[in-house]
Amino acid sequence: MSFLRKVMAIVWKDVRAELRTKDILSSMLVFSFLTVLIFQFAFDLRTSVVNLVLPGVLWIAITFAGVLGLNRSFILEQDRGSMEGLLMAPMDRSAIYFGKLIGNLLFIFVMELVLLPLMTVMFNVSLLAPAILLVVFLGTIGYAAVGTLFAALSINTRAREVMLPVLLFPVMVPVFVAGVQATGRLLDGDTLADIARWVQLLAAYDGIFIAAAMILFDYVVEE
Amino acid sequence: MIAIEKLIKAFGLKPVLRGIDLHVPAGQSVALFGPNGAGKTTLIRIIVGLSKHTSGSVKLGGQEVQRAGHGLRRHIGFVGHNPLVYDSLTAEENLIFFGRLYEVQDLPQRIDEVLERVGLYQRRKDLVRTFSRGMVQRLAIARAILHDPPILMLDEPDTGLDQQAADMLRGLLLEIGASDRTVLLTTHNLERGIEWADRALILNGGKIRYDSPTTDMTGAGFRVVYTDVLAESAQRTREVAR
Amino acid sequence: MTAGKRSGRETFWMVLTGITGVLILIGLYMSLMWAPTAANLPTVNEQLAQRIFYFHVSAGWVGYVAFGVTAAASVLYLIKRQRRFDNIAVSSAEIGVVFTAANLVSGSIWARPTWNTWWTWDDPRLTLAAIVLMVYIAYLMLRNAIDDPERKARLASIYGIVGFISVPLSFVSVRIWRTIHPAVIGTASETSQGGFDMSGNMVIVLLFSIFTFSLLYFVLLHYRLCLEDQRVELEEYKMAALAEA
Repeated sequence: MSFLRKVMAIVWKDVRAELRTKDILSSMLVFSFLTVLIFQFAFDLRTSVVNLVLPGVLWIAITFAGVLGLNRSFILEQDRGSMEGLLMAPMDRSAIYFGKLIGNLLFIFVMELVLLPLMTVMFNVSLLAPAILLVVFLGTIGYAAVGTLFAALSINTRAREVMLPVLLFPVMVPVFVAGVQATGRLLDGDTLADIARWVQLLAAYDGIFIAAAMILFDYVVEE
Repeated sequence: MIAIEKLIKAFGLKPVLRGIDLHVPAGQSVALFGPNGAGKTTLIRIIVGLSKHTSGSVKLGGQEVQRAGHGLRRHIGFVGHNPLVYDSLTAEENLIFFGRLYEVQDLPQRIDEVLERVGLYQRRKDLVRTFSRGMVQRLAIARAILHDPPILMLDEPDTGLDQQAADMLRGLLLEIGASDRTVLLTTHNLERGIEWADRALILNGGKIRYDSPTTDMTGAGFRVVYTDVLAESAQRTREVAR
Repeated sequence: MTAGKRSGRETFWMVLTGITGVLILIGLYMSLMWAPTAANLPTVNEQLAQRIFYFHVSAGWVGYVAFGVTAAASVLYLIKRQRRFDNIAVSSAEIGVVFTAANLVSGSIWARPTWNTWWTWDDPRLTLAAIVLMVYIAYLMLRNAIDDPERKARLASIYGIVGFISVPLSFVSVRIWRTIHPAVIGTASETSQGGFDMSGNMVIVLLFSIFTFSLLYFVLLHYRLCLEDQRVELEEYKMAALAEA
């Protein structure tokens, strides 16, 4: 119980600071919107092909913009040395991981809550269906679970901001493939039952990597 | 309270601490002097659990630091080179956050009390970003004593403090020194360090070179060793540069 | 210096290296000359290209074994904190990258006459090999971006473990993807297009080839480890000299 309270204290601290500066949210929102815009120019997303390309555009926007938020989450702690304060607190260090994971998820979800309606309007497709929201939800959890672990890892490297996508993208292929395929099939009119295998894969990915990160995070932050 | 035996710390093969033996009984205030690179910060980081030692043993209240659970960290207050507070939060919010991590009882009253103590009560609703260096350091001290730890580790707490804040810190440390808390602090200011502490240590080249109660400082011993040590350190710096 | 023991070990590895060399030559003869021609393939080009199969499969096999060794050594490093395990992890990863790249290139050469294309994303195994290659290139890049040896070993071990866990999940994802997606070029797997029946002798050649490649892997791992040991030793002398100053 006290573990959970400390996790939430970290979330509260990050959300509080973010609401004041809006650094992470604004950069993620603008970047995701720019990504969509660039794809619009690149592929001229007319209604005839939009269902083929749009799922990919959606997931690329989430992935690329997400990296910005993930990177910030630990760089902010490291630049002022405040990570030490968290490491010295009387709690299991995985509390830091879960605090950061939940914070990152909240920021990415907020970005998606703006991005999805925006794309729905811009391309005249219904991205706000419950099944699509479920796929996006599960995919985002897996993405952030691995991303938060790797963000903590990459701040210890020389090229820290550049390192995160290099480390993250090959490992998140299953999320990306499942996300794009499931979103595409749902747009084509399939039901949730038709894409059950993708949903199962996403759920399995989430579970496996949250468990792995929980164990491995201790090794990332020890010094 | 603090029991260190045969402590060795090496980064790679470069030894920083070459065998430290130090026992600090509960309630004692110890001032640790030494030139830059003597290993003061490394020693403190090992005691608070931020760094792992290579060999030897470090015990706090009988518990081995590296093997003890995270509960041990509750007994330590730490002021380091980084203030460990957040710019985008107010002074009060910073303390709320750390109070929650340390499970401080009656947190709002305790926060008011501590802020009053370091002289930041009037500015408690202001963002840390707007604070001067001295005020940030006051908040860092408030953060360190918030959970009323029996052991305080202060790594150059007087750096960047204005005269008024230094007086505040002096009063605070004298008060703490009179209590049953155990304090270990490093400083470059000999007068202040000697006044604050019951016992003075000089660390150089990863070893303790001088260890004596501050009541016995009338002799020239302390200053002679300190001057020697500084000269040695300057000599080494020149050699490395060459 | 235990000269006798050391030279005994060195002799062992020299003999093993020699044996591996001979086996590679025999393997080449077996796969290029001795193995029967895949009779059911329509053109001569396809029949000739099929012989790359022995090399292709063996290289792929060694790649995955090598990455498995990296993951196991990474786990052991985090538990035991012995430099040796990290040396094994990085050595094995480098060899794995080379063999996986060989697997991709040979696959591409084989695909050209058979599927009429250098590359197809429709084959899940080819796609997976490309993803896995990226994971381990990232692993090597991560190592390159960290100076402190202890930190490098620790963080690389973490990535080595997470990366290896992602491989089966990536495989499942490309599998589901390609079995439900309409194939654009030819059909989804090589068993239908460019597929062939394995006769008894073909199986023998394949097993022989896999055995030889595995032996080559161990020999390479040994020499790469020797190199790493010497590099570490050199680094230690440097550090000692620095500490002296």
